[in-house]
Amino acid sequence: MNLTLRVWRQAGPADDGRMETYEVTDISPDMSFLEMLDVVNERLIEEDIEPIAFEHDCREGICGSCGMMINGQPHGPMPATATCQLHMRSFSDGDVIDIEPWRAHSFPVIRDLVVDRGSFDRIIEAGGFIGVPTGSAPEANLTPVPKEVADVAFDAAACIGCGACVAACPNSAAQLFTAAKVSHLNLLPQGQPERWRRTEAMVETMEEFFGSCTNHGECERACPKSISIDFIALMNRDYLKAKRKNRRLASQQG
Amino acid sequence: MPMETQVDQPAARAPVVPRTRRRSRNWLVDLYASAVGKKYVMAITGIVLIGYVFAHMVGNLKVYMGAEDMNHYGEWLRTLATPAVPRTVGLWGMRIVLAASFVFHVHAAYGLTRINQAARAGGYLHARDYAAANFASRTMRWTGVIVGLFVIFHLMDLTWGNANPDFVRGLPYENLVASFERTPVAFAYIVANLALGLHLYHGTWSMFQSLGWNHPRFNHLRRWFAAGFALLITLGNVSFPIAVMAGIVE
Amino acid sequence: MVMETTPLDGRVPSGPVQDKWDNHRFDMKLVNPANKRKFEVIVIGTGLAGASASATLAELGYRVKTFTFHDSPRRAHSIAAQGGINAAKNYKNDGDSIYRLFYDTVKGGDFRAREANVYRLAQISLEIIDQCVAQGVPFAREYGGLLDTRSFGGAQVSRTFYARGQTGQQLLLGAYQALMRQVGLGTVELHTRTEMLDVVVVDGRAAGVIVRDLVTGEITSHSAHAVVLATGGYSNVFYLSTNAKLSNATAIWRAHRKGAAFANPCFTQIHPTCIPANEEFQSKLTLMSESLRNDGRVWVPKQFDDPRSPDQIPEDERDYYLERRYPSFGNLVPRDVASRAAKRVVDEGRGVGPLKNGVYLDFGAAIERLGQPVIEERYSNLFEMYDRITDENPYKMPMRIYPAPHYTMGGLWVDYDLMSSIPGLFVIGEANFSDHGANRLGASALMQGLADGYFVLPYTIGNDLAALLGTPPVDTGHPAFQEAEQGVRDQIQRFLSIKGTRSVDWYHRELGKIVWDQCGMERSREGLEKALSEIPALRDQFWKDVRVLGQNETLNQSLEKAGRVADFFELAELLVRDALHREESCGGHFRVEHQTEDGEALRHDDEFSYVAAWEWAGPDSEPRLRKEPLEFEYVKPSQRSYK
Ligand SMILES: Cc1cc2nc3c(=O)[nH]c(=O)nc-3n(C[C@H](O)[C@H](O)[C@H](O)COP(=O)(O)OP(=O)(O)OC[C@H]3O[C@@H](n4cnc5c(N)ncnc54)[C@H](O)[C@@H]3O)c2cc1C
Ligand code: HEM
Ligand code: HEM
Ligand code: SF4
Ligand code: F3S
Ligand code: FES
Repeated sequence: MNLTLRVWRQAGPADDGRMETYEVTDISPDMSFLEMLDVVNERLIEEDIEPIAFEHDCREGICGSCGMMINGQPHGPMPATATCQLHMRSFSDGDVIDIEPWRAHSFPVIRDLVVDRGSFDRIIEAGGFIGVPTGSAPEANLTPVPKEVADVAFDAAACIGCGACVAACPNSAAQLFTAAKVSHLNLLPQGQPERWRRTEAMVETMEEFFGSCTNHGECERACPKSISIDFIALMNRDYLKAKRKNRRLASQQG
Repeated sequence: MPMETQVDQPAARAPVVPRTRRRSRNWLVDLYASAVGKKYVMAITGIVLIGYVFAHMVGNLKVYMGAEDMNHYGEWLRTLATPAVPRTVGLWGMRIVLAASFVFHVHAAYGLTRINQAARAGGYLHARDYAAANFASRTMRWTGVIVGLFVIFHLMDLTWGNANPDFVRGLPYENLVASFERTPVAFAYIVANLALGLHLYHGTWSMFQSLGWNHPRFNHLRRWFAAGFALLITLGNVSFPIAVMAGIVE
Repeated sequence: MVMETTPLDGRVPSGPVQDKWDNHRFDMKLVNPANKRKFEVIVIGTGLAGASASATLAELGYRVKTFTFHDSPRRAHSIAAQGGINAAKNYKNDGDSIYRLFYDTVKGGDFRAREANVYRLAQISLEIIDQCVAQGVPFAREYGGLLDTRSFGGAQVSRTFYARGQTGQQLLLGAYQALMRQVGLGTVELHTRTEMLDVVVVDGRAAGVIVRDLVTGEITSHSAHAVVLATGGYSNVFYLSTNAKLSNATAIWRAHRKGAAFANPCFTQIHPTCIPANEEFQSKLTLMSESLRNDGRVWVPKQFDDPRSPDQIPEDERDYYLERRYPSFGNLVPRDVASRAAKRVVDEGRGVGPLKNGVYLDFGAAIERLGQPVIEERYSNLFEMYDRITDENPYKMPMRIYPAPHYTMGGLWVDYDLMSSIPGLFVIGEANFSDHGANRLGASALMQGLADGYFVLPYTIGNDLAALLGTPPVDTGHPAFQEAEQGVRDQIQRFLSIKGTRSVDWYHRELGKIVWDQCGMERSREGLEKALSEIPALRDQFWKDVRVLGQNETLNQSLEKAGRVADFFELAELLVRDALHREESCGGHFRVEHQTEDGEALRHDDEFSYVAAWEWAGPDSEPRLRKEPLEFEYVKPSQRSYK
């Protein structure tokens, strides 16, 4: 099939960007979207044009490296699918495909379709963990976890940190990403001791970088792992509690 | 879909500066300083406001029962909670709560809007193809403002009377009819209440998320509740001006 | 002829295998907490091994600098592991034990692993599960709330802990979170999007590394008391593999060029159940979890080049070759056996699919027997993934599968303390030559990576550092650093100035074809010799003709690839030499000249019961072989049989 690509090209963080148009011929519908870009890049190199920079690694929808806005849809037209798992059979001959990087103030463009998602690491750093120094862990089966709880925690833990939720959100909010990690850890018995500290720290770090959630629900639809916005409600609930409890704990310490 | 080639994304190029905020010893103040906290305030004040709008709409249905009942209702409002409290005190109490909610609601809305605008980086050149966000959710700010302006006009029209030449204190029924007989005013009411309907359609559902009220058993009902409620309020409120113009109420 | 020099000593502690680790931990010199702060350690890599090591070292009080070329530590290739992680917990009470896991691993490795290391691995497996559960890793659980396990890769006991099909992801996130906690506490200095391009050795000891900032192109030196490489495996030398696209051998290869011995490069694992390549521009191969073989039946048409679609082929015209050749294990034979069997039938011309490059994995019978719901419950996510990629519905059509490069048992040689042949340079995870011998059992790599990172290195490194107390790290102004930096700059300039005609990927693909064809599942002397002449020729062409556009000062993905592919060229050559020198068949290494009459692998323990560690001798001279003899006191070598 033949396509017209309009791709965001930006030489570096400090440069202006612009959409470049490329006519792409004989693409196989069996190619993955990224393989299509590989082919385009090979041809660009032949024409002495620098290849399009985009992030990818596992190409199995698990590492969260890939991600681009395809015709105004994060990760493209296929629901619950990361860009690397998208195949060209989702498009048809003659299509015009617009490819843009994630857009958010805290996702500055590094080059072409590559953005810096470092702010996600800052959020995890603030409290997205359970503090168990190596070696201090009790026997694994000491604390049974109801299967249901483990399963829901897993649904949240499935987040791959791709950033599509932020890219999709009209407010550039990172609520779904943060709620996913908060919920994963807050739901498990092992996560209880740090629960309130974690929630307050993570939410407030999130707010240093991202917008606020007005419940558009776009993030959930964009999420390659279909993480539910119910977790956002859960995080909101825990945040309110955290605010009170953390004061009390602090005052108890005197 | 229009498509310029040269566009500038200044926001995208500005270095990432974390938003810092004042800390307060009072946890409520501190909560309000956070966006999640602001949403709590929006939701709670929102509940007060929708509660009022609902009661108010129901009360106004009395116009269909004629001047007697309606005016009696107006009077009843003033004697609210008497004899426990002196005449009009109850009403004033209600007014204060309403006014406060309104102010906080608007203030929080303003704050959030600012935060969100700062968080965005230009837009996408290819129009976003929304999968979940709807017209209502994306226009909250504007429908909100419309409703806000309307309320002010509405007060001048039917409470203080300075926007209503033949206003007679204490005769809401006559005032109302007189007001709606002016076609532009009637239309203003209709438009404002359609805006309110949209605002409520998203707001009443959004509220639950903001407050963290979600439970697998009733989650699927939240949308229906919001839609039903918004529809009810809109139909009710829009019916009044139409009824007057159609001469059903005169 | 192979140039042989002094043998290597694994420095295995004395005593019975059960006590070696405990005794050793007691005998090791300790660094007291106050002094730990005086030591700086550089860790390269944030996969399971690197993240767990960085976090643990920091918890102990060391000053840690961690580097990864990914944009976040969480992206490491470990994230893609699906099946699970082994541990001898014996929760199922089915007779598992540390000793059995030890035994299975040594035997599964076809008697080419160091017994002491394997035993330690089995011991530590228990603590790993405790640690991960405490971190909040959501392992699968039973309704009683206790941990669930499953049997994996043909193991007779149920010892594999799993988290849906995303075990690696959940384990890595656990380690990543522990790492980020330390970053937050300021005990780990994390450098993302930073690639290590050389190891600096001063007076025979690792003194630091040279790195390149992938965004600005800046080249900088970093020194420390010790350097830890946790940079993963080299399966991408085949170009097409199940590994993440960015996985590469640059870190270990450059260390090798600085004197670190490279052990058993030819021990590569080919995974039997992957989705076959379906076009020329295929960028990578996707693994279909091994668990599928529990219910799927493998077959090909009896007739050659059978044009019919599978549902048109009647039962009696199908050849269930695994069940036919291995009646007792059937479809569950170990990876290497299953892979070779598939290769044979495809080479015969009985391959299926548009490119005739696959075999069927058929669930028809299982669906009839158990009903579709049960199969969905077990494999729906895998079936979905298959459907997504191939656009075929495995509930109706049998899957098409074919083996693909998956894991590399070989890697930098390390002693019992995980220190390479360069003092002060430690290697952990898939990057070292590991505890898996000639073949790795399913669900054992995650175990090894975490054992190394959480529980082995953090202790053993102290033993080495203790002696350095009071000596500061070498100053980065030292000529050795300047020289190394210059070397890196020169190579970059060279790439940018070649301005040839073909892309880096093109050369990588061509190299991959050679290595796969001549040194893949089956290896023969003439094939290997052919490869030995083709690889250097292609390499020279690469250095004359590769086209790398752009400059060094921006993010330049072609430039990054160029350096990695250049290293793959040299590694490929060593891989082939090793395969050529090992005149036997064992585990993942199958030499057609050495097979039993019914085509099974034939080991020569008398001659080859050793680790082959190679020393770099310069680009155009042959590497020197250093042997580490292997003794088997507990698990007596025997011929594997799955008939
Ligand atoms: C598809 C698939 C499924 C698998 N399933 C299983 C399974 O079910 N069970 C199991 O036990 N094993 C499994 N494995 C094997 C297992 O996943 C790997 O062996 C293991 O994760 C390797 O971890 P690692 O920490 O050693 O290296 P990696 O996870 O590969 O990490 C390498 C790290 O080093 C960094 N790095 C590399 N080079 C440099 C450099 N030059 N400069 C800076 N940083 C660098 C990278 O950024 C990365 O952070 C699977 C493998 C694959 C491919
Ligand atoms: C068509 C729809 C509406 C009608 C017919 C209507 C009618 C009236 C009337 C007659 C009064 C005067 C009552 C009295 O003074 O005795 C009144 C007061 C008021 N209305 Fe409305 N109203 C409508 C919609 C709304 C809406 C949508 C809002 C708010 C969002 C609103 C807010 C108020 C307020 C705040 C007062 C003042 C109450 C008080 O403190 O006295 N009204 N309305
Ligand atoms: C000037 C007037 C108003 C403005 C500017 C305004 C603006 C907003 C904004 C921006 C939101 C946030 C959207 C969201 O979070 O989903 C919101 C939510 C809401 N508004 Fe208003 N609004 C106004 C008046 C009203 C009135 C009069 C009512 C009720 C009759 C109301 C009810 C609600 C409700 C229930 C919500 C949902 C709260 C939440 O999401 O937590 N608003 N409003
Ligand atoms: S929540 Fe979903 S969309 Fe957001 S980062 Fe995680 S996986 Fe990506
Ligand atoms: S789209 Fe944005 S507004 Fe909230 S629900 Fe998702 S974060
Ligand atoms: S490349 Fe890993 S998720 Fe797409």
